[in-house]
Amino acid sequence: MSAAGSVKIFVPCDAAALGVGADETALAITAEANRRGITVELIRNGSRGLLWLEPLVEVDVAGTRMAYGPVQSSEVAGLFDAGFTTGKPHALSHGATQELPYFKRQERLTFARVGLTDPRSLADYLAHDGYRGLQAALAMKPADIVACVTASGLRGRGGAAFPTGIKWKTVLGAESQQKYIVCNADEGDSGTFSDRMLMEGDPFVLVEGMSIAGLATGATQGYIYLRWEYPQAKVALESAIAAAVAADYLGANIRGSGKSFQLEVRMGAGAYICGEETSLLESLEGKRGQVRFKPPLPALQGLFGKPTVINNVISFASVPIILDRGAEFYQHFGMGRSRGTLPMQLAGNVKHGGLVEIAFGMTLRELLYDYGGGSYSGRPIRAVQVGGPLGAYLPESQFDTPLDYEAFAAIKAMLGHGGIVAFDDRVDMAAQARYAMEFCAIESCGKCTPCRIGSTRGVEVIDRLIAGENAPKQEAILRDLCETLTYGSLCALGGLTPFPVISALNHFPEDFVKPVRAARAAG
Amino acid sequence: MSDAAPRRVIPIKVEPLSTLSTAARSTVLDICARLESLPGALLPVLHAVQESLRYVPKDAVPLIAHELNLSIAEVHGVVTFYHYFLQERPGRHVMHICRAEACQALGSVALEAHAKARLGVDYHGTTRDGAITLEPVYCLGNCALGPSLMIDQRLHGRVTPERFDALLAHSREAT
Ligand SMILES: Cc1cc2nc3c(=O)[nH]c(=O)nc-3n(C[C@H](O)[C@H](O)[C@H](O)COP(=O)(O)O)c2cc1C
Ligand code: SF4
Ligand code: FES
Repeated sequence: MSAAGSVKIFVPCDAAALGVGADETALAITAEANRRGITVELIRNGSRGLLWLEPLVEVDVAGTRMAYGPVQSSEVAGLFDAGFTTGKPHALSHGATQELPYFKRQERLTFARVGLTDPRSLADYLAHDGYRGLQAALAMKPADIVACVTASGLRGRGGAAFPTGIKWKTVLGAESQQKYIVCNADEGDSGTFSDRMLMEGDPFVLVEGMSIAGLATGATQGYIYLRWEYPQAKVALESAIAAAVAADYLGANIRGSGKSFQLEVRMGAGAYICGEETSLLESLEGKRGQVRFKPPLPALQGLFGKPTVINNVISFASVPIILDRGAEFYQHFGMGRSRGTLPMQLAGNVKHGGLVEIAFGMTLRELLYDYGGGSYSGRPIRAVQVGGPLGAYLPESQFDTPLDYEAFAAIKAMLGHGGIVAFDDRVDMAAQARYAMEFCAIESCGKCTPCRIGSTRGVEVIDRLIAGENAPKQEAILRDLCETLTYGSLCALGGLTPFPVISALNHFPEDFVKPVRAARAAG
Repeated sequence: MSDAAPRRVIPIKVEPLSTLSTAARSTVLDICARLESLPGALLPVLHAVQESLRYVPKDAVPLIAHELNLSIAEVHGVVTFYHYFLQERPGRHVMHICRAEACQALGSVALEAHAKARLGVDYHGTTRDGAITLEPVYCLGNCALGPSLMIDQRLHGRVTPERFDALLAHSREAT
């Protein structure tokens, strides 16, 4: 409850909001309120995920949050003049946040609190159903926690979609004095930012999810491997961990249960391959991020050779609500073997970019147009890359594919971590294919020859192909090279780089033809 | 006999020739002493060194190796594997421009060209006035509001060429 006579105003501290001036807006609001003698309680929340409206300022009017955005600092005085502190209309007002169609039609389970609460406040977290999952888990046997996660149907949200419960079961069954819980917060895929938004907007839910994993498997030490590109997330996580320790939600005796779980944030250093789980473990051990052979599975011999649960941020963050509301509640969402919700991220050339958490099953087209509102530039959307830099480029004819792991696999594409990157009709698909090869060359860990060397050769072959030097032969070489990458790579970096390359070549062959390119360049 | 763990790596040169200043040397030694007991200490140590000295000087490598009981090759291997660690002293500000797909879809290729022309350097280069070092980065998690770049850990979205020029002028003024 805000103090009498004081107005509660929310300005996100999410990195994307800061990148378009949220700090300046917050400062201007405080200064303007002071000047006018209005008492303001300014709360720095996470982002609601309506990113095109950032900085999205919300005012609490009799318990309803009214949205204004995008609010630049220069607009603040005008908002005060219009009476936004009492919810009065203004050119930038959008009505109540919860009634915005973009928001209202979502099924926010994992992101229930993101944007709503103050990410630095444990009290706020507890007031919004926080730590109910852990409370439930503390009263359960480890095997029952694992069974609950398995029954929910939750599959890893990091990309490979492996059933989370089964992974945990292996670690529970492994005999060892020391086990580890590792969170993969390397979020390297272009077009994805859900991990970042969650860690910045509701860090406690990740801490809670990892603690439950510790209880479920008997692991007492956890690490969050966070990419260096996310400095705000680091601050948010470290402050949440400190608050959780202070209130005995972490530490040697969790809430008096006698159970122990410690958590530490470790920073990555700019290597895409360190998102691959075994490479990540090498990196945590202080080594070069080279991919390990499997077996042994990390679940049996992971970090420092000990049994290790390694999951994505969203996977862990989905666990508390499953423990709180039950497996059936979660499993009720979704289609086929894809259960629950997936936080999709609309990115690239899209008008209404942001985070959309929905049950599996909606089509790509609905997401792009009903939520995304079409392209940012106003031109037709020509291609969409789903699932990060190793995901296929999809042409318009495939936009009706439902968002479901199996449906995407059936068209040789992948949902991955749920990133959707739209390109308008100015995109040069040969350049995109070339970039995919270049990226593989830059980020290869160097263990396999096709990935380390073949990717550089791939760039050269594409250059010759578009230069029209004996094109049919170059195309044959490119396809052959992709086949070698597919079958001769240890991990998905080399193994899936052919996805974007071959899909570009198959669906947009005209972009690789010299005379067509020349005619287009000439306008 | 001492009860310290036996050295896994026998250093060839205990005190390698070094151009590190005394201050930098003691910074590195302090960091190693503070962090060496962490499991997998090397990355945290390198992060701390770069945070203090702004890069990981070549001559810090044998020192770190000695302190952490690793070979020089191991430490060198790690420093060079990760794009974030800088081996040369950077300019007063480090600018990371996002090269990844979602930013490409919003015009980052043109922004990249604009930046290189304005700064007169290519990636990994430092401007003549020592103000800016330009580095590539592959996604900053700001893919809905690109093109994106980061200046000294501060993210900026929707960076048009005009906004780039304003940010650049601002950085050049700031110390
Ligand atoms: C090249 C490559 C990059 C990856 N990057 C990430 C990443 O950034 N984040 C992530 O959670 N998983 C990433 N993965 C998947 C992980 O290897 C692993 O499957 C995941 O961390 C398991 O967690 P989950 O079951 O919760 O998804 C990557 C895999 C590959 C091959
Ligand atoms: S495919 Fe590439 S990144 Fe993966 S293990 Fe082989 S060389 Fe390393
Ligand atoms: S692709 Fe540039 S921020 Fe993600």
